[in-house]
Amino acid sequence: MSELKEELKAKIIEQLNLEDVSVAEIADDDPLFGDGLGLDSIDALELIVMLDKDYGIRLSDPKEGRKIFESVEVMASYIEEHRTK
Amino acid sequence: MKRVYINSMASISSQKTFENTEFLDTIIEYSEPVIFAHDPDYKQYIAPAAARRMAKGIKMGVVASKIAMDEAKIETVDAIITGTGMGCMIDSEKFVSAIIDNNEQYLTPTSFIQSTHNTVAGQIALGMECKAYNFTYVHSAISFESALLDAKMQLENDEAKNILVGGVEELGEHTTKVHKAINHIKPTSVSLSEMLKSNTQGAVFSEGANFFVVSNEKLQNCYAELIAVETFNTLQKEKVSETIESFLQQNNVQLADIDLVVLGNNGDVDFDGFYNQLSDAIFKNTQQVYYKHLVGENNTVSAFGVWLASKMLKTQTIPEIVKINDTNLSEIKTILCYNQYRGQNHSFVLLKKC
Repeated sequence: MSELKEELKAKIIEQLNLEDVSVAEIADDDPLFGDGLGLDSIDALELIVMLDKDYGIRLSDPKEGRKIFESVEVMASYIEEHRTK
Repeated sequence: MKRVYINSMASISSQKTFENTEFLDTIIEYSEPVIFAHDPDYKQYIAPAAARRMAKGIKMGVVASKIAMDEAKIETVDAIITGTGMGCMIDSEKFVSAIIDNNEQYLTPTSFIQSTHNTVAGQIALGMECKAYNFTYVHSAISFESALLDAKMQLENDEAKNILVGGVEELGEHTTKVHKAINHIKPTSVSLSEMLKSNTQGAVFSEGANFFVVSNEKLQNCYAELIAVETFNTLQKEKVSETIESFLQQNNVQLADIDLVVLGNNGDVDFDGFYNQLSDAIFKNTQQVYYKHLVGENNTVSAFGVWLASKMLKTQTIPEIVKINDTNLSEIKTILCYNQYRGQNHSFVLLKKC
């Protein structure tokens, strides 16, 4: 699980071009949107595609993303439970 | 009709041109057939949150426009007009590659959103919260001149007071490979001083952004008065001289009134003849300058020619590195810029000292 969290942090930084952020700076429970990393709706779409492409999880309702992308901790738990690859 | 003035400008090119205090004082030597822009510190101008989705062309355009706006000391403009021949190549290539690599699935929105040709003008407008006229001309090597002509007409008719106009191109890896394959890029290295004598096909490819604030009121800092802009999609080589004479006549300028001509020679053995015929005949006794040996070739590099001409008019100096000949010119009052690319899309820009 902790390996998955580190992997997710690295992917978030790379895919969302967070040039000034390092893996060590993202805490497992940091909010990804709003006051935390400050991600926005376009980033949410990028993360939805990442879930599908890398973990085989297709979100039928994009609104589900709100809960799933709350933090790296929540994301990792969801992926562990639902991943198909 | 109102007169039109270039009141401020900014250039990001392969040379150290983004500091308006310098004028080609230090020259960066290149010998590769593809040269990249000499970058300013983009972080000084663009917030990290905004910059993270911007490819290089967008950053260059946004920063060049900010430098030009700062120099003009204005907060907003009545129109933002850009020209780009190839648009946002990096994100276009990224998006198209993703379509192929992922078998038309898993397409992400960012590169698609940022890949359109009008992204630069849009991002500039977002940055300055400008909801005015926003237009991008995509017209190969006359993209910038088309934008400049639009700005000029609006200002002459007093439909706008201040307009931000510019040209921007970025190098995309795959597109560069394609241009190499079709011999539009020089096959071998060529040094800066040898470019015109290279005797090879193709040009040295480059990227950059040149922006200007043009207004119908002259500021104290004014660089030049923009007299006329004309473009031609096709123009036969043997018709160029008479077309220039006719263009000048329409603007009440005699050939002898041209103190200096800025030529777009790029060292392509197949197409430099368009310029050489002028250097050897109608402009034989005129001061001639060139610039593509310093900043390479791209679809809006002619905007650098206008930047160079404006800078020479204001400072009344001609950097040695751009001189083709030397006529010991005492005063520069009128400049003609002539550009074409591969025998097509010709442009004339006539400028006067203000």
